[in-house]
Amino acid sequence: MNILDPHGPIAAANKTILIDSVAIMLAIVVPTIVAIFAFAYYFRASNTRAFHLPNFAHSGRLELVVWSIPTLTIILLGGVAWIGSHELDPRVPVAGTGSPVRIQVVSLDWKWLFIYPDQRVATVNALTVPVGAPLQFDLTSASVLNVFFIPQLGSMIYTMNGMVTRLNLRADQEGSLQGLSAHFSGAGFPEMMFDVHVISPLDFPKWVEATAKSDNVLNADSYKQLSQQSIETGRPTYRLDDPTLFNDIVTLRIPPGPGPQLTDNLAKKGGALNVR
Amino acid sequence: MFGKLTLDAIPLHQPIPLVAGSFVIVAILAVLAWVVIAGHLPYLWREWITSVDHKRIGVMYSLLAMVMLLRGGTDAIMMRSQQAVAFHSEGYLPPEHYNQIFSAHGTIMIFFVGMAFMIGLMNLVVPLQLGVRDVAFPTLNSVGFWLTATGALLVNVSLVVGNFARTGWLPYPPLSELTYSPDVGVDYFLWALQISGVGTLVAGINLVTTVLKLRTKGMTYLRMPIFCWTTLASSLLIIAAFPILTATLAMLILDRYFGFHFFTNEGGGNVMMFMNLIWAWGHPEVYILVLPAFGIYSEIVPTFSGKPLFGYRSMVMATMAICIISFCVWLHHFFTMGAGPNVNAIFGIASMIIAVPTGVKIYNWLFTMYGGRVRFATPMMWSIGFMVTFIIGGLTGVLVAVPPADFLLHNSLFLVAHFHNVIIGGVLFGAFAGYSYWFPKAFGFRLHEGWGKAGFWFSLIGFYVTFVPLYAAGMLGMTRRLQHYDVAEWRPWIMAAGVGMILLVIGVLCQIWQLVVSIRHREELRDVTGDPWDGRSLEWATASPPPAFNFAVLPDVEGEDAYWAIKSRAREQGLLRSEPEYKDIEMPRNSPTGFVCAFFATIMGFALIWHIWWLVALGGFGAFVTFIVFAWRDHDEYIIPAAEVARIDRANREVRLAAISHARSPS
Amino acid sequence: MTDATLAYGRGDPYQLHGGRPHEGPASKRIVTGYGFWIFLLSDIVLFSCFFAAYAVLLGQTAGGPRGSEIFDLRSVAAETALLLISSFVCGLAMIAADVRNQRWFQIGMAVTGLLGLGFLALEYREFAGLVGRDAGPTRSAFLSAFFTLVGCHGAHVSVGVLWLLTMMAQVFAKGFRADIMRRLLCFALFWHVLDIIWVAIFSVVYLIGSAA
Repeated sequence: MNILDPHGPIAAANKTILIDSVAIMLAIVVPTIVAIFAFAYYFRASNTRAFHLPNFAHSGRLELVVWSIPTLTIILLGGVAWIGSHELDPRVPVAGTGSPVRIQVVSLDWKWLFIYPDQRVATVNALTVPVGAPLQFDLTSASVLNVFFIPQLGSMIYTMNGMVTRLNLRADQEGSLQGLSAHFSGAGFPEMMFDVHVISPLDFPKWVEATAKSDNVLNADSYKQLSQQSIETGRPTYRLDDPTLFNDIVTLRIPPGPGPQLTDNLAKKGGALNVR
Repeated sequence: MFGKLTLDAIPLHQPIPLVAGSFVIVAILAVLAWVVIAGHLPYLWREWITSVDHKRIGVMYSLLAMVMLLRGGTDAIMMRSQQAVAFHSEGYLPPEHYNQIFSAHGTIMIFFVGMAFMIGLMNLVVPLQLGVRDVAFPTLNSVGFWLTATGALLVNVSLVVGNFARTGWLPYPPLSELTYSPDVGVDYFLWALQISGVGTLVAGINLVTTVLKLRTKGMTYLRMPIFCWTTLASSLLIIAAFPILTATLAMLILDRYFGFHFFTNEGGGNVMMFMNLIWAWGHPEVYILVLPAFGIYSEIVPTFSGKPLFGYRSMVMATMAICIISFCVWLHHFFTMGAGPNVNAIFGIASMIIAVPTGVKIYNWLFTMYGGRVRFATPMMWSIGFMVTFIIGGLTGVLVAVPPADFLLHNSLFLVAHFHNVIIGGVLFGAFAGYSYWFPKAFGFRLHEGWGKAGFWFSLIGFYVTFVPLYAAGMLGMTRRLQHYDVAEWRPWIMAAGVGMILLVIGVLCQIWQLVVSIRHREELRDVTGDPWDGRSLEWATASPPPAFNFAVLPDVEGEDAYWAIKSRAREQGLLRSEPEYKDIEMPRNSPTGFVCAFFATIMGFALIWHIWWLVALGGFGAFVTFIVFAWRDHDEYIIPAAEVARIDRANREVRLAAISHARSPS
Repeated sequence: MTDATLAYGRGDPYQLHGGRPHEGPASKRIVTGYGFWIFLLSDIVLFSCFFAAYAVLLGQTAGGPRGSEIFDLRSVAAETALLLISSFVCGLAMIAADVRNQRWFQIGMAVTGLLGLGFLALEYREFAGLVGRDAGPTRSAFLSAFFTLVGCHGAHVSVGVLWLLTMMAQVFAKGFRADIMRRLLCFALFWHVLDIIWVAIFSVVYLIGSAA
């Protein structure tokens, strides 16, 4: 999950900006730290050979320098931030080979639902994508905030109930990666890790075909079952029955996830909830 | 009768909170018993609990902060050790505990350690530096302190009765809404902060009024020590930012208690509004904490370099610039929420701009050492440690202010390492620097240097061993608040951070032992002149500890570094200024108002958390009656006779004169 | 001791060239008034958050009523009139206090308080009516924001009336003592600021809301 080992163009660009920014700042940070040690050591009280300027408190020229150095650095970095923000806007489509793959992501308590509306399949906690193709994510949340993040593909983004965020990524190497939620979402939060399988464009239709044969059907009813608070250890797959499901979730036509299921007695107690 | 409160709220079946809670209760009872049996209660009541003296209140704030530091530190130990063992396993803390612990850790460290320590030091020092006898509103000052203590108490009560929030230190809805957090945890958070927030606001108003309206003759704005300037800036931020917190939490309270729809999923509520509002308070809050620390370093570096501060005007400008810009950057806390590139870039650049005045400050401290005679006493060690550490924290901070870089680092352990880097390296080091610097002023004897330096080195090295690995874990994609994990590449870094934690704990133990040793050897460490460090500002112009009235006659300021000017002239002439004409001094009378008020606030807060409505009414009525009784008092001041003032001041003049002749003789 | 240090003893190391003289600490009356002004500023920040929330949530009616469907501008005009007149009378009471006229002070304060209570009664009627029509604060985010903003002002007026009664009792029992005069100054400031906030509520909530 090393962010310095990118597997796609977005992550690579994020990384380049990160490294460049650090390099720009090190150019003034290192000399400053060295100067602090040097001044403190050289002007130590026991060093009687050091020159002594007991009234030196003001120097217009020096103050000009003192204001200019950080200002110039920030102007440079500000440019990096401005250009980077525009180039790496998560909503900007990514170029790639093959037709784009649309994926609708729903963060549930406490699992990830990936809906492929064009392929009419859906998966939980496992994302399968073809290598090199532009990946277009629409994201929302069934209940609380989460952040969708595949470190080696770059650019994380929030999922929020009743709202859609957009993210464009691309994976350039076949293999398995891991994704996670990067915003705390309750008791089952650590279980919100998910697998990312990057497969060849030839294998992708095969995978879709196999998945579409699944016995499980995803529609409003099975979604409601899924949106209960629970932890999913398996990697279930679904045939997508209802292609407007994502839209219904976003518009709250399907009500938000229910939260902890308490009997009246437990709710009054206010004590610890044993979710796990 | 008792609302939601039943016996089940006490975690009799859960060993960890039960043991921790019993330990705290036994410790408190033991201290109380000792106080009563040893007959200290009347003294405590008379001299401390009811005191309206800004120095006493400052000391109590700092003490509260140090006790809360131990609580928050214990939480930190538990988190680090849980993550160290919870690899491919559940560890020893189930989520319902672990999630409370990180929420409580953040809440306590920010509100009851950072804030309390800084407000404590400001209270202690600012009136002395301004050359006046007290803050603008002494009784309100006491109310403010006790309300802060109420908040701290409520957070700790949640350990034993019910539970604390499991949402993180900022209760982001919808997780914090009743649907997803139906128990009292979030309510503890909300009411503890609403009550202590009132206390903080009072402290802010008090300090702003003090700095702007109560300065001794000749103390113009541009002659004030930088610590007074940073106090002003920090208090202005409190006044402008804390009402935002109060309003935001009030909205969440209305959602939870009365079914309003500010931040709910249903009914058209808007979660993003919470994030905007809470960070519109939250980012200035960071500067509320760190600006006073900057002020502390600006006092210490000149003193121990034997030189005036370099670039005073730059320092003032930088301080006020930070004060204003800090309100224009809040969005950088959620670049990853999907705002457009223009918005992200503008807030990113605004955040970077803050680095300019901050960088200027670093250079000013650097050039203050230039041509000086640097003495490495403990306060100076903390200051140099801060300068280096804070630069690194600044670097990582500017890095996460670049939106595309933040897209990789948001909410990761890299971020956690960054804000600990600036808060420990900036605020906590500043608090310790101020503590060791002004301790002799408050108590009349110095702290033991050896143990202080040991504490410093363990803390500094412990800090790096803890947080550099967390930076690395963040680069490996590890996010914060994970109760357990299965990713092997994270493990070594988490183990290393655990080792660092042990060093940090040793650092704290050294400082506790330092206090014990110093009290035992207080006669050897005695500060007789009131000026143990060869200081430059007016707090060193009076005895240590200062008399209740601070200055027998308010000093007349003729230039910058007011006391240095007075001292230099005295050294030059070999004598002090001629004895002033002593007069009777009117001082505010002690008052139990603050304590009684906080008593009722505690009852009311607890009743609100548990929905015990009759008790809420009772507490509210009690607080109202307290105010009426306070308003009805006829004598709010007492007189210290001129003869008494003269006796106290003459004793101090004598030792000072001796010190001056001593300083003259070697040259 | 070098000459440089001695020079510095009276010197100007930062090259600030003096600055205007400062006469020392301000009087208690100024300090109190100033501190209270700062408190009022913080209170205005508090209100501005509720204003902001109202602006954000204005359109979030969740299928419930919009502003134009529930606001009764005539009642609001009456509320405004009551509050503005009460501020004027409060000013008269302060003049009476300045000339130490106990009777006219008490009459002025009583009238101020009655006008304030009248305002609260009208507001209560409006709120109760809305709740009765299923347009209470739990109906939609818009109504939550509306009730909170206007209700927060109403809560301030209620506290103001309590304070007013306390001040009447204090002046009656203890006369126009210096510390009580300082409190009266603060009370008057508070009461006038409530007016300013009401004017903002009237314009932003009721006028703009009726149009929406």
